[in-house]
Amino acid sequence: MDAEEYQDHPVRSYVLTSGRAHPSRNTLRPETLVCAAPGHRQPPDRQAAELVRLCSGTLALAEAAAYLGRPVSLLAVLVSDLVDQGFLTIRSNHQPNVLPDTDTLEKVLDGLRRL
Amino acid sequence: MDSAGSDVAAPAADGRHLAPTVARSVKVLVVGAFGVGKTTLIRAVSEIEPLSTEERITTASVGVDPAFPEKRTTTVAMDFGRITLSDEIALYLFGTPGQRRFWDLWAGLAEGAVGALVMVDLRNLDASFEVLDQLELQTRIPFAVVVNEFPDSPSYPLEDIRAALDVLPETPVVTCDARDRSSAIETLVSLVEHALQRQSALAGQGLPA
Repeated sequence: MDAEEYQDHPVRSYVLTSGRAHPSRNTLRPETLVCAAPGHRQPPDRQAAELVRLCSGTLALAEAAAYLGRPVSLLAVLVSDLVDQGFLTIRSNHQPNVLPDTDTLEKVLDGLRRL
Repeated sequence: MDSAGSDVAAPAADGRHLAPTVARSVKVLVVGAFGVGKTTLIRAVSEIEPLSTEERITTASVGVDPAFPEKRTTTVAMDFGRITLSDEIALYLFGTPGQRRFWDLWAGLAEGAVGALVMVDLRNLDASFEVLDQLELQTRIPFAVVVNEFPDSPSYPLEDIRAALDVLPETPVVTCDARDRSSAIETLVSLVEHALQRQSALAGQGLPA
């Protein structure tokens, strides 16, 4: 599929992100949990407002991307901006280049065994 | 999804959101060739209907299939699901094709992952070698080989499969029925046990995990 066939949205991705391809922080991953900042202010931009509404509860970046029909890479840029502007907060923080620690792995294993 | 018998916080009423207490997330990659059962396994364990996003990636220019003769941009779907493991941790399962030409996509995904389930179809074992090579050469994440048993799969002893795939002795090689929830959960247990063992082995050598 070439670029000309990728027209599932009337507005191209780079317009939504003002031409930027990279988010303002590098700790956002597909599994990073985000939710609306307390107070539930709505950003004026329609696209941003839709995203903040979707994040009225906690969900992962990838989930927001899927529900909005956008690539995760685009959502990372939008979410990052909205965090900077105080509309969204990050619930789970991830360090770059760090694997889950022993405590986390043990909790994951316990959780799986209880399923 | 039925979670009877667990003390896990229920997802919020609309089914989309996690319980408000969940503030940690981890992920497992489910990689393998097309049609090997990645989405089937994700569906079997996920508490949400599996979701999908499309990512635009630049495909590798070497060793690609003849349909993609040179470096170019393509769109690839990533299916994923979610399991709330406790009132504080959610596990995401990201399914992605494992071939080298999709490396750009899953290299980013691999960062920080608990590990990967490498799904294998015994009727098409050749397709697995490239996936295993990429994982071993390009990432540090632990993985388990999951042989998805299709009704018409040939039956081989696990040791023969291990020998054919040439994986390290400590790498788990397990069989599963990807359609079956408890069978799929067992594969995740094997992977996380392996990840823990590997971490303590590395710690024993004074190396960072």
